[in-house]
Amino acid sequence: MPTIRIDDTAAVGQTPKPLGLDLAWSKQAKAAIKDILARYPKERSRSATIPLLHLAQREFGGWLSVDAMQLVADTLNLPYIRVYEVATFYTMFNLKPVGKYHVQVCTNCACMVRGSDAIVQAVKEQAKIGELDDHHQGHSPCGTFTLTEVECLGACVGAPMMQVTAQNGASHYYTKLDAKQTKQILKDLKSKGVSELVDTPPADVDPISGGGYTS
Amino acid sequence: MTTTPLPPAPEGMLNVYVDGRLVHVRKGATVMDACKAAEQEVPHFCYHKRLSVAGNCRMCMVEIEGFPKPVASCHWPAAEGMKVRTDSETATTARKGTMEFLLINHPLDCPICDQGGECTLQDLSVAYGGDRSHFHEGKRAVDDKDIGAKIKTVMTRCIHCTRCIRFATEIAGVQEMGATGRGEAMQVGTYVESALTSELAGNMIDLCPVGALTNRPFAYTARPWELVGTDTIDVLDAVGGHIRLDARAGKVMRAVPRECDAINEEWMTDAARFSTDALSSNRLTAPQLRKGRGKGKLENTGWAEAFAAIKEAVRGVRKTRLAGLMDNLHSAEDGYAFRAFMQDALGSDNVDSRMAGNLVDSKSHAAGICNTPFKRWDDADAVLLVGCNPRLEAPLLNIRLRRVVKKGAPVFVVGEVADLTYPVTHLGDTAKELETLLDGKTAAAKALAKAERPLIVVGGAVLARPDGRAIVRAAGELAEKVAMTDSWNGFNVLHDTCGRITALDMAVHPAHGGMATAEILENWRENHVDVLFLYGDCDLTPADLAGGRGTLVYIGTHATPLAAMADVVLPAAAWSEKEGLFANAEGRVQATRAAVPPPLSAKEDWKIFRALSEQVGDKLPFDTLAQLRAAIAEFCPAYAPEAIGTILPAPWQGVGKKGKLTAKPLASSVGAYYLRTAHHRESAWMKTMQAEVAPVQEEAA
Repeated sequence: MPTIRIDDTAAVGQTPKPLGLDLAWSKQAKAAIKDILARYPKERSRSATIPLLHLAQREFGGWLSVDAMQLVADTLNLPYIRVYEVATFYTMFNLKPVGKYHVQVCTNCACMVRGSDAIVQAVKEQAKIGELDDHHQGHSPCGTFTLTEVECLGACVGAPMMQVTAQNGASHYYTKLDAKQTKQILKDLKSKGVSELVDTPPADVDPISGGGYTS
Repeated sequence: MTTTPLPPAPEGMLNVYVDGRLVHVRKGATVMDACKAAEQEVPHFCYHKRLSVAGNCRMCMVEIEGFPKPVASCHWPAAEGMKVRTDSETATTARKGTMEFLLINHPLDCPICDQGGECTLQDLSVAYGGDRSHFHEGKRAVDDKDIGAKIKTVMTRCIHCTRCIRFATEIAGVQEMGATGRGEAMQVGTYVESALTSELAGNMIDLCPVGALTNRPFAYTARPWELVGTDTIDVLDAVGGHIRLDARAGKVMRAVPRECDAINEEWMTDAARFSTDALSSNRLTAPQLRKGRGKGKLENTGWAEAFAAIKEAVRGVRKTRLAGLMDNLHSAEDGYAFRAFMQDALGSDNVDSRMAGNLVDSKSHAAGICNTPFKRWDDADAVLLVGCNPRLEAPLLNIRLRRVVKKGAPVFVVGEVADLTYPVTHLGDTAKELETLLDGKTAAAKALAKAERPLIVVGGAVLARPDGRAIVRAAGELAEKVAMTDSWNGFNVLHDTCGRITALDMAVHPAHGGMATAEILENWRENHVDVLFLYGDCDLTPADLAGGRGTLVYIGTHATPLAAMADVVLPAAAWSEKEGLFANAEGRVQATRAAVPPPLSAKEDWKIFRALSEQVGDKLPFDTLAQLRAAIAEFCPAYAPEAIGTILPAPWQGVGKKGKLTAKPLASSVGAYYLRTAHHRESAWMKTMQAEVAPVQEEAA
């Protein structure tokens, strides 16, 4: 029987703290909340937790601080823990700050077969990202890029692919990539900025309900 | 397989075979219920009869004939003719598999775990655990969480049964526990570390089937098999829940709840659970006497010397210049003996137990109790709280109120607004709202009138107000109007402790024109009272007694500042050290039992008064507990041996007295929950827990 090494032992969970950010919804976000809440019966407003968390992630820098989760809870009149539970369950909610562009490269079956390893490598090289952490995530030293290896993003027909999301939630699927293209995309993003991103779906539409994906 | 036709099940029931035995269970019951009916134990971790069914531990697997796989019996509905096997190889193998999974990440730290010896996982692993595992990968460890002074966490031991989460959400009504993360990263906790704010959080310790959540104050102090348990009653609030005191070597180590459906179900308040340290700290262990005149020092002495000093003090003093005050933690024996001592032995009518000056309606028993038995609170379909915060005054009853709120009953509040863990409609701060309700024109009044079984709860603090009787009268009239049928009396008065109700039953209040509390204190300060017998702390501060130059006799359990002021101190037994009868708010009389003997020279209270009576005046006519109880039973039939544990019917004669309702806002009797009685104020743990929720505001001097 192999012995269990201490290094294999994964410690789970440093508990986070509110940062005292004093967050507030923007005027646009308030309108969006009104729109989201209208989709659910009044006494079932808890259903709006996930859309509101997405909104908060877009609204407050591309990630969810404890403060942002609390703001969502307060907005929906829910106990904080009920929102923490949801936010920590789904991997698409970033619980730590991400770079200006969040590059999510699919390394699931279809993409892997079509060469996603080379795409990951290309992003690492271009953005000077080292080893990825336990959550398969790495950050560029300049803070511009965060690379995350993710599971299927539902665009297998265009494998290998990656999704780039700006902090304001504008995102784009880049499909049928190769290493050279990938590097060029990152180069363009860095030099030309967010305007290069086709906003699919548009910022005022919730990503889970509307907007067509390109493939 | 079987060809014999099943006998028809009774109406609304199902035929189920469990291990070949036929049982009837009601339609909608689960397979687990059927197994229970067949007296077949099914091992489980996450299932709990008072919580919602989660079905996530997978330990309660059974085999059902015709099913391809074993099923989790806790959430599988029983069906007609179902054949369940709890002991087949399939079921046992499934449980062994589950156990192997549970033990993958569970540390082998039973020798240093406080749950050891009373751990469900430990017990079941004896039956279903293997001595080796197929799992050769890295283990998982989880950081411990700081969730306050009550509960110690060792989260690596957690098996994710989610009982604590369900308890916090469903029963305690304080949604603070949750499961965050997913898969291997899932953890149970509060995510952002914070102390639990529930007054019932300690029950999670009992619910936790492993050692993840354990009693923090009790940590590493004793092993369960070293403890001797004594079944007794929690007398620290008015509910009188059933508890067990676990003692070792003459010291109460911890308190745990017992099951009693009619009163506490199987829960216990944190104020009772975590205040047991008070029973063994700062105790009075020997009689004390102030030697030397004026500002002499209190010195330990013998009982005879102390009695002689009292005899000397009362000699020749006019009976009107003697007085006695009693606290709210005393049993019927204590109260009866104290009143008899004051009235019969000393001949003084200046005796009172009503610290805040509660106005008592001595003629009508129904005026001072909960006329709706606790169990029937579950049936209420509307609730009106008058100057009452049930969350702090009686957390165990708040559980029942939460339950009726969930069923759709509206709750109306007259008085302070507080977070009761359920939504309420606030009608107003003053008792004048009762008049509006009596008029019957408002929406709230109509809702109460429409309800079939409305519950009206008047807080104990109301009785202490100058307009208390008028408020009780108004609430009583409202009850007569909307909440009284042959099978329902919705008028309830919620006192602060069992002792308070018991003292009123024992008539520990001035008779024949004797002085009441406020008058006694004033006369003491102005030196019109020569000897004051202070039986317990009586919610007083040294300032209340300042100026009095008479002889102060303190009979009590703890070396409090008041005891330090006394001229003679007599050490008595705490509630855990004597057999006593206590009435709870429903008027149900229950007996406590002594878990430990009184410390050193301390004596049972009634024996002190009996012995002292012989010295100072007429000897009291009881020499044994049996004789005393017979006298009590004659005085108040509810305390007769045959009535113990039952509720005697209290005839309704109307309550209170017509009067003017003032505009003074109504407030609850409990401010700082963890420091609510003299007993709690002696507990260091209680002070810590109070500081955690809200620092106590020092009264402006």
